[in-house]
Amino acid sequence: MRAAIVDHPIDATGLMAEVARHGNGATVLFVGTVRDLNDGRPVNGIEYSAYRSMAEREMADIVREASEQFATTDIVVEHRTGLLELGEASVIIAVAHSHRGAAYDASRYVIEQIKKRVPIWKREHYADGTREWVDPTSHRVAAGAGR
Amino acid sequence: MTVTVLLFASYAESLGTHSMRLDMPSGATVADVIGHVRGLPGADRLPSAPLVAVNERYARGTRVLEPGDEVAIIPPVAGG
Repeated sequence: MRAAIVDHPIDATGLMAEVARHGNGATVLFVGTVRDLNDGRPVNGIEYSAYRSMAEREMADIVREASEQFATTDIVVEHRTGLLELGEASVIIAVAHSHRGAAYDASRYVIEQIKKRVPIWKREHYADGTREWVDPTSHRVAAGAGR
Repeated sequence: MTVTVLLFASYAESLGTHSMRLDMPSGATVADVIGHVRGLPGADRLPSAPLVAVNERYARGTRVLEPGDEVAIIPPVAGG
């Protein structure tokens, strides 16, 4: 189990290798990437920042919870900070388990809890040159099922 | 007693700083600190009851602070 905030590109293959064990029959890799459109506005890139020490502690808690709930210790997650370009990975979660159902469930749990609890913020850089901090609580209704 | 207040993202931008040290009376709560910070110039974006962490753990407004506590005022999180 491991959780970290990093300021360099995340190595998906490395994370998968970290959770690999012969007892595991399934590995689920979740990759969150920077998208070119948010709420209809063209986006050029996203700047992520974090309360690093607390974010790592909170992510470690989440990983531990997932480990207890879904019975695997083979979970690693890295979240990146800094300015990311379109298509770059902001977060990668690797979960391995003897069976696929629990691997999917644990992966889903980790990403949903990260979005709810971990002190990380993003400022979108729009194609028109403006920048804005994203507040997921302010447009939940207007944005529909995006989250 | 002195406590450290940490600000992030939009809140840091509004208040023009990422951290400040505040002198508070002993027995002061998280809500007291928020009340003080909301009185500062540029604090208009700060809600009356924002998310707060004390020493890296989420805490309620009623939490009584100790000298040296680190009080982080947390804007709506947007990780992932």
